Amino acid sequence: MTTDTLDTAAREALSSACAQVDDPQEHDAVDGVRPGLVVRPSDTDQVAEVMRASAAHGLTVVPRGRGTKLSWGTAPTSADVLLDLSALDRVLDHAAGDLIVATQAGALLADVQRTVGEGGQRLALDETVPGSTIGGVLGANTSGPRRTATGTARDLLIGITMVRADGVVAKAGGRVVKNVAGYDIGKLLIGSGGTLAVITDATFRLHPLPADHRWVAVPVDSPARALEVAQSVVHSQVVPAAVEVDWAGGSGSVSVLVEGRADGVAGRAAAVRALLGPDATESTAEPADGAAYPWDVTATGDGRSTALKLTCVLSGLAAVLAAADDTGVTVRGSAGSGVLYAALAPDTPLDEVRTALDRLRRACSDHGGTAVVVDSPVAVKAAVDVWGPIPALDLMRRVKDQFDPDHRLSPGRFVGGI
Amino acid sequence: MGDATQGTSTTSESSGLDSTGLDSTALDSSGLDSSGRIAAVAEVARRLLPDAGVITDRARLRTYECDGLAHYRVTPALVVIPQDAEQLAALVRACAEQAVPFVARGSGTGLSGGALPHAEGVLVVTSQMRAIREVRRDDQRAVVEPGVINLDVTKAATPVGYYYAPDPSSQQICSIGGNVAENSGGAHCLKYGFTTNHVLGADFVTPDGDTVSLGGAAPDSPGYDLLGAVVGSEGTLGIVTSATVRLVRLPEEVRTILVGFSSTDQAGAATSAIIAAGIVPAAIEMMDALAIEAAEAAVHCNYPDGAGAVLVIELDGAAIEVEQEYAEVRRLCDDHGAFEQRLATDPAERALIWKGRKSAFAAVGRISPDYIVQDGVIPRTALPEVLTAIAELSGSSGVRVANVFHAGDGNLHPLVLFDDEIDGAGEAAERVSGAILDLCIEHGGSITGEHGVGMDKSKYMPRMYTDEDLDTMQLVRCAFDPQNISNPGKVFPTPRLCGEVPGRHKGAHPLQEAGLAEVF
Repeated sequence: MTTDTLDTAAREALSSACAQVDDPQEHDAVDGVRPGLVVRPSDTDQVAEVMRASAAHGLTVVPRGRGTKLSWGTAPTSADVLLDLSALDRVLDHAAGDLIVATQAGALLADVQRTVGEGGQRLALDETVPGSTIGGVLGANTSGPRRTATGTARDLLIGITMVRADGVVAKAGGRVVKNVAGYDIGKLLIGSGGTLAVITDATFRLHPLPADHRWVAVPVDSPARALEVAQSVVHSQVVPAAVEVDWAGGSGSVSVLVEGRADGVAGRAAAVRALLGPDATESTAEPADGAAYPWDVTATGDGRSTALKLTCVLSGLAAVLAAADDTGVTVRGSAGSGVLYAALAPDTPLDEVRTALDRLRRACSDHGGTAVVVDSPVAVKAAVDVWGPIPALDLMRRVKDQFDPDHRLSPGRFVGGI
Repeated sequence: MGDATQGTSTTSESSGLDSTGLDSTALDSSGLDSSGRIAAVAEVARRLLPDAGVITDRARLRTYECDGLAHYRVTPALVVIPQDAEQLAALVRACAEQAVPFVARGSGTGLSGGALPHAEGVLVVTSQMRAIREVRRDDQRAVVEPGVINLDVTKAATPVGYYYAPDPSSQQICSIGGNVAENSGGAHCLKYGFTTNHVLGADFVTPDGDTVSLGGAAPDSPGYDLLGAVVGSEGTLGIVTSATVRLVRLPEEVRTILVGFSSTDQAGAATSAIIAAGIVPAAIEMMDALAIEAAEAAVHCNYPDGAGAVLVIELDGAAIEVEQEYAEVRRLCDDHGAFEQRLATDPAERALIWKGRKSAFAAVGRISPDYIVQDGVIPRTALPEVLTAIAELSGSSGVRVANVFHAGDGNLHPLVLFDDEIDGAGEAAERVSGAILDLCIEHGGSITGEHGVGMDKSKYMPRMYTDEDLDTMQLVRCAFDPQNISNPGKVFPTPRLCGEVPGRHKGAHPLQEAGLAEVF
């Protein structure tokens, strides 16, 4: 549906639910799907009003933070309402003594980091796409190099406020790190792509900002050597914060991050150098200039690379890199976690994309992991199996049916057409 | 597992769908034919299991009447002890077909009555599923069955330089299956997190008896993080039959320090200073004078004389880093009035320091005939205020309270002491115990940090969560267990009727159909 089919009653209901309601612009399209209206509520209550109005009029709703990852996954089948959460942009409370921060979902991750950084702390989530909001990071479940030491959003989120498809506002978790009262619904929402509920605020545990850090990198000229280096580091006593690999055309590098107290970091970096051999170099600069992915995150439309997320057990690294060599993709990611990203150039013929995906998917699956198309030109998404096999899909559908029985939240964006 | 798991899901789903009298079948298991339905499950069990795996004798059933929270007792109608996942799934399927409630039990060490049996239900005991299937050093993973004892995972991994991090006090006897159900913590979760951070994958039997694979050995499986919902769901969503867990590298250096202070205020201030200095110790545990007295009486742990509070602080990691943190922690403790600091110089000394702390619950039995172990959480900075309020509660009621807690993360374990022989003493203790939970909630904390809600605390859930919050949690319950047969009556004060049974909207985009506006 588009504006033309959004009837007057629905428009009026949305306008009374939320002060800011606009007709969509070109850039509001969600992976080619033009929304009916763009609504920009200013707080959780208005989000709830919008959701109730949408429910009453049977409108589909796609939540958006700043839209930096809105084309990820499959395109929604419909977007009557584009729910813009960018006005919910406040960092609510940094309780430094308790090592937590509460923030609205539309707040920029960078703003949260600035606020907690002033208190010598950080939210241990790398900003993999510049300009991301907290809600966007949660919805897409992005993670970067530091996941090897501190985990991902699921290890850091301790409380959440959500607005359900029926407009009911609910919370789960709370403001303390340790809490086992009730179901951990926050984890269900992480990575759900806006298909279960609308996140309006979130509370996280924080970590102290390390006083110092050092990257130690070494060139590697075969998949076997990359694995050997990565294994030597993860089984060592240097306590790496990250173990990254960069790979293209049969060779690359492995980079190891150590973070902590100044003197400790110097000693541990020396220990890493000893492990990595005479070719190792030391630097304070992030590898690849800090880019988490081997693709251009600002590209749109057919200018997008086919972007893949590849996972495997740690010992599967060599096999996945070998598959990458067979298929001509470039790879970057966390060898210390078994999460790699690969890219195929935007103009790669469909046949080649399909062949590459099959080959990579086989390598990942042989080593306990999966291969998912994160984003790509529309034609690629239409031609390949974006998600691959999903073992508990029936149970996932049942969860979706409970939270959003009419399938109005980001319909079609997620696994199995959810 | 494939063919054994497919058949009945449609049966149980449709029995829910078709049932206009759904509420009576789903919620009231005391229907006329309850004993007949139990008999039907028992018959399936006898076909599947050796004789020892099916218990119907009343006297033997009674040995399973409680878990670690012994003041709730219910004799189950039937106990089954499957030996593998296929048997377990078949038993659950039999329960689903008969709409008979089932409760999973590992070692039965839980402290909230989570494994309390159902009088007209089946207790599924996982103690015979005890294989550690794989220890994969290269992948930092182990694959274990639910009956495996927590500490045995560490024992299996230690030879290759690894361990399993979550370490509840009961780790010598508690099972991984129980840990997964309760999302168990432990003294070291300040730095390393809880069970949920260490379980990456699971084979899982749904309340329909289907077996599904959740998560995996590699991270970030696509789709909803169902495993994240299952861990900590206290057996209300189904039963885990195998868990893939993270193994953590044994640290190069561990330093355990016992620090004596004259008051809990000083010890609390020292804790805050350590956290503010950007140090995350592996553990910071606090005990007050009464808890110290009990521990001394029980295990002669030789804690500092005359201490009003002790901290047990453990630092671990790269040796060079630990060395520096240790110097700073010593200095901060001195600054905040520590009168004695004792570094364990060998494993035996370290073990003795921990023995005092880990035996504290049981030790309280030395100074009081009866006691309640409470488990609440507060933001750590509220510690002085809350401890003062607990002292006032204790003073005004005359009920003694010993305090043991994970000071680093604000998880309190007040031990409320009483003598059941004295009229009204038990009730007075219950009141103080409940008032402590209210204090936790008032300060933005939680009614349970690691022991779970179970049977014991479901009545407190509405104090912490709104009706809407609880209703939203019930959506998850209804997705997994529309018949409400998986550990019913636990966690939630009032179950939701799962009237909207899943599966109605199988088409991908029902919204493009006409007539949507009338749905609500």
